[in-house]
Amino acid sequence: MTAPAFEDLLRGLTPQVLGTLVRRYARFEGCEDAVQEAVLAATLQWPAEGVPDNPRGWLVTVASRRLIDRMRSDRARRERESLTAEELVPEGVPDTDDTLALLFLCCHPTLTAASQTALTLRAVGGLTTAEIARAFLVPEATMAARISRAKQRIRAAGSSFALPRGAEREERLRVVLHVLYLIFNEGYTASSGGELQRSDLAHEAIRLARTVHTQLPEDGEVSGLLALMLLTHARRDARTTAAGDLVPLAEQDRAQWDRGLIAEGTALIRASLAGPELGPYQLQAAIAATHADAATAEQTDWRQVHALYLILERIAPNPMVTLNRAIALAETEGPAAGLALLATLDGDERLAGHHRLLSVRAHLLEATGDTAGAYEHYRRAAKATASIAERRHLEARAGRVG
Amino acid sequence: MQFLISLHINPAVLDALTDEEKAAIGQGHGAFIEEVKKSGELITTQALVDPSQAAVVSVRNGRPVVTDGPFLESKEYLGGFYLIDCEDRERAIELAARIPDAAITGLGVEVRQVMFADGQLEA
Repeated sequence: MTAPAFEDLLRGLTPQVLGTLVRRYARFEGCEDAVQEAVLAATLQWPAEGVPDNPRGWLVTVASRRLIDRMRSDRARRERESLTAEELVPEGVPDTDDTLALLFLCCHPTLTAASQTALTLRAVGGLTTAEIARAFLVPEATMAARISRAKQRIRAAGSSFALPRGAEREERLRVVLHVLYLIFNEGYTASSGGELQRSDLAHEAIRLARTVHTQLPEDGEVSGLLALMLLTHARRDARTTAAGDLVPLAEQDRAQWDRGLIAEGTALIRASLAGPELGPYQLQAAIAATHADAATAEQTDWRQVHALYLILERIAPNPMVTLNRAIALAETEGPAAGLALLATLDGDERLAGHHRLLSVRAHLLEATGDTAGAYEHYRRAAKATASIAERRHLEARAGRVG
Repeated sequence: MQFLISLHINPAVLDALTDEEKAAIGQGHGAFIEEVKKSGELITTQALVDPSQAAVVSVRNGRPVVTDGPFLESKEYLGGFYLIDCEDRERAIELAARIPDAAITGLGVEVRQVMFADGQLEA
């Protein structure tokens, strides 16, 4: 087995093994250390001695022993525990996959999104703290503190490893999906330094979304999120020039889109749209699939895009959705209709002075022939963005109309 | 999201404080640093020497020219900064409000998002 194949095998097994231990011993922190040690032992032993018949059972056994050794050496704990290694190490390893339960635990509602993200990558993604720190452009000490605080919080909340039920489960699954979406976005919109490491985040998010999808193949939103990631990721090479300049969707070279990912994402979303439910990720994926269907920007089915945004606006009202619908409306009814819809957002605090509102308005003003208005709004949008690439792009647009 | 919280000090305002007040500022910063370290939000913090020690560098006819003193003649000077990585702008503002300078008239605490970052973060 090659080194990358080893890494993939271990990366897939790590959360399952950790899940098994947490379920059994209910000590997230100690379990994590023990699993990391077992993985280390595997990377040292397996290449020389071959992969055991039951690699997961091997890891569970080794990690359990490490954990028990540590519990034994910890006097204060030994007072409380009267467990022996023989009682703890199981005969057979249960075959349930605990990755999902672990994801639910990492996305505990007491944590901030940043902490949920970090903990998910550490515990389920199997990334090292240093890797996560690099991906988020913060020092390792900062990331280590964040992860350690997150574990303390989960412990303090007295959360059990049992999967929540009913409405709570549904709610927690939405948080899990949101966290995976955030991880993907972080990798997708790498706006400063270290782009290469950050694209790993998109890969990791897709890998985790695939895992959840394998566990919950019937969940429409899970399929929707995975499809959205695949369809978005398919455009990654066309989104920027070699110099790092942004290329808007309409101007992208569609030959650079990854047809394999588009086919997979499109098939996924088509199948899920036939299901009983319809959620925001499914609709966003359906919009992405509509764009992917068009061989050229001119052939985009804007009526369908607009219709999908209308439904999205109804089930998950949000000014950003209305903003995007204005673009689609401008394509079908003309820029004045788009501008009229944008005007309805002017009183919205959440978008006041937002660079996206300014840049879309600039774009539509340009389409109506109001170059002075377009110039003014492109300039204001350039000042309002926090992305260098976006600022360069908007300044170039201003220069073109001004 | 990363934010720079810059601390604009006014030497005259600082000179007018009592020793107890000065000590309280120092302790307040110490407590704040501990807190943001523990929460995993502090990237780094640095304080600068007195503006009287500044040098302004310019290049004229291809030759560097160095003059003493700060670039801007003003009452307030950049005294230091906190570089923070936190959830959103609201949280950055909430953190800035815990810095002792924010409670002293004549000192400025400014919050701005980071737009580009590169280089080593580890000392």
